[in-house]
Amino acid sequence: MADTHALQAHDAHGDHAHDGHGHVTGWRRYLFSTNHKDIGTLYLVFALISGVIGTLLSGVMRLELQEPGIQIFHGLASMVYGYGAGDAAAALDAGKHMFNVFTTAHALIMIFFMVMPALIGGFANWFVPLMIGAPDMAFPRMNNISFWLLPPALLLLIMSMFFEGPAGAHGVGGGWTIYPPFSTSGQPGPAMDFAILSLHIAGASSILGAINFITTIFNMRAPGMTLHKMPLFPWSVLVTAFLLLLSLPVLAGGITMLLTDRNFGTTFFDPAGGGDPVLFQHLFWFFGHPEVYILILPGFGIVSHIVSTFSRKPIFGYMAMVYAMIAIGGVGFIVWAHHMYTTGLSLNVQRYFVAATMVIAVPTGVKIFSWIATMWGGSITFRTPMLWALGFIFLFTVGGVTGVILANAGADRALHDTYYVVAHFHYVLSLGAVFAIFAAWYYWYPKMFGIMYNETLANIHFWITFVGVNLVFFPQHFLGLSGMPRRYIDYPDAYAFWNRVSSVGYYITFAGLLLFLFILFLSARQRVKAPANPWGEGATTLEWTLSSPPPFHQFETLPRIDAKSDH
Amino acid sequence: MATDTLHTPAERRNRNVAVILFLVAAGMVGAAYAAVPLYELFCKVTGFGGTTRVATDNPKGVIDRLMTTRFDSNVDAGLAWHVTPAHPVTAEIGRVETIVYTARNLTDETITGTAVFNVTPERAGRYFNKMECFCFTEQTLKPGETVEMPVTFFVDPDIDKDAELKTIHDITLSYTFYASKNKGS
Repeated sequence: MADTHALQAHDAHGDHAHDGHGHVTGWRRYLFSTNHKDIGTLYLVFALISGVIGTLLSGVMRLELQEPGIQIFHGLASMVYGYGAGDAAAALDAGKHMFNVFTTAHALIMIFFMVMPALIGGFANWFVPLMIGAPDMAFPRMNNISFWLLPPALLLLIMSMFFEGPAGAHGVGGGWTIYPPFSTSGQPGPAMDFAILSLHIAGASSILGAINFITTIFNMRAPGMTLHKMPLFPWSVLVTAFLLLLSLPVLAGGITMLLTDRNFGTTFFDPAGGGDPVLFQHLFWFFGHPEVYILILPGFGIVSHIVSTFSRKPIFGYMAMVYAMIAIGGVGFIVWAHHMYTTGLSLNVQRYFVAATMVIAVPTGVKIFSWIATMWGGSITFRTPMLWALGFIFLFTVGGVTGVILANAGADRALHDTYYVVAHFHYVLSLGAVFAIFAAWYYWYPKMFGIMYNETLANIHFWITFVGVNLVFFPQHFLGLSGMPRRYIDYPDAYAFWNRVSSVGYYITFAGLLLFLFILFLSARQRVKAPANPWGEGATTLEWTLSSPPPFHQFETLPRIDAKSDH
Repeated sequence: MATDTLHTPAERRNRNVAVILFLVAAGMVGAAYAAVPLYELFCKVTGFGGTTRVATDNPKGVIDRLMTTRFDSNVDAGLAWHVTPAHPVTAEIGRVETIVYTARNLTDETITGTAVFNVTPERAGRYFNKMECFCFTEQTLKPGETVEMPVTFFVDPDIDKDAELKTIHDITLSYTFYASKNKGS
């Protein structure tokens, strides 16, 4: 700790960097921004808006699934797409497709426009430069492009919901996996092309962002900060950026093949011309599996800092934590076919993918146990960010356990495409990644905006969300085990009870979201000034040496990290 | 202006890293496209996905285990042909058999079709050898014409050594016919 105080005293002048040149204000400040903090804020606002849209989409699905039968979507389809009163049958069909459109849009929006912008674009942009002691990102203008590619991408995706997809219906309803032939000959209308273009643009944005982060982290660390002294959040972003760089171009290639198959007569995935639809699944999951680690790894970094801060101990097993993340990233590239056990892989291939998938539980276990060991014997305070971080650890572990079950090819035969899978990936993502986002939000909010929030309300927000999401997703394990398939608008009466519980859970979660928005409103209204470090001596990373909010340009004199300091 | 700032060593280092990373990203797009021919090659070499083998003769002889081969045909909606598969054949593994698919053009136009095929269980693909098969070439049928399309095949006796296929007594050879996309040939 002595080191840290020395560091603070030593670096205090990093704060007093003058804003010598007057910077632009108003809308130009954000549209033309090259400042990593402003761009990070833009990303966070964007993620918040997308998150609300994605939550509303899932809300309509939960409303529909609350009771057996079809109650909502035929009416919604008539309203939105204008089927007349005489067209009841057509409206019903359109409603069924619309349910799948909502599923697809919910997934794509939450993955590409909520979690990724929040964790990578938002928090990483804000805090990677601060934590490694850099004045800004390596390529500030490229950073601006990365962000401004996203709103048009989101707009294209939303527009796709209003264009013709399959003959006589609107929107893309094939799920986020967009498997052919449903995404080629199955949905000939322009909706699919809009969605593909949206993914292309979002992908380009992420690749540019990844290049920026890798360059920043490799080249712009403060003097004395070796890679093995770098805090865990920049480490998690570094691993994530490499995963993005290696996996997203493969998705881009795959969806470009889809696009040319659809529009220019190629037959990459069309058996009539010698192609193979299963090849798309291989390409997609070669991207798709690393993608799920892209969504969760930054969360690992964030949770490490929060657990360490509120236990007032340095993180247990720093080196093991770093190499566990690298191992998860590396192994993540060689397990993709565990999404494809039912496509006719030979038993030996399945044996390999089962074993390789289960191996991932080892580095993940190293992380979970290191977090617990960090808390062990620590002086723990249950402030808001710590509650969310503990919620993350608990829920992510539940999702991890069901993941190990699903890794078995034999069990997967029965569970493939059931609600068990839905429950599994929502436990690791909706509950894991989202809890990490809220943990980071409440941890860094005072730093980013220089004001505090009402901690009592924020704690209530945590408990409401914790109860809500568990009510939504835990019963889905039961539904899946009793055989309820994913991606259907209706179900037999036998599944009615747990579906109703799940829908009630959604309303509770939604109340939590409203409370969250109220907390933001209240905080902006009261403007209680935040100290430079509201969390006490446990918060040892460089961002806490700066004022809250940090100056527009920080570290004009670079901080020096001496050889003995903690991570 | 950009070239001016690149004179500082730090900016040059940043540029070098970025150039390498851009090349990596471009390389991965290339790898995605390279996956197309590689996947095809992989299927041919390993029999992955029920891809069958091509052979000129059977050097390994016949063994004392019976195998029933069933024949199946599917016709894409875009091809107005009627295809009748052959009846199942039961024979010792290794015996060379010839069967005949029959195809009839239901229209009064000349149509070129092509077929894709595989066997199930997919694992058996690597042991299923075809010596002569209509699927190797495109078929052109005149209006109303009926043709017989022979397939000469044998099952490699090595199938007996494959633990995964110990209990298998039937192999199904399936063809799906499509209107040819290569209008020129």
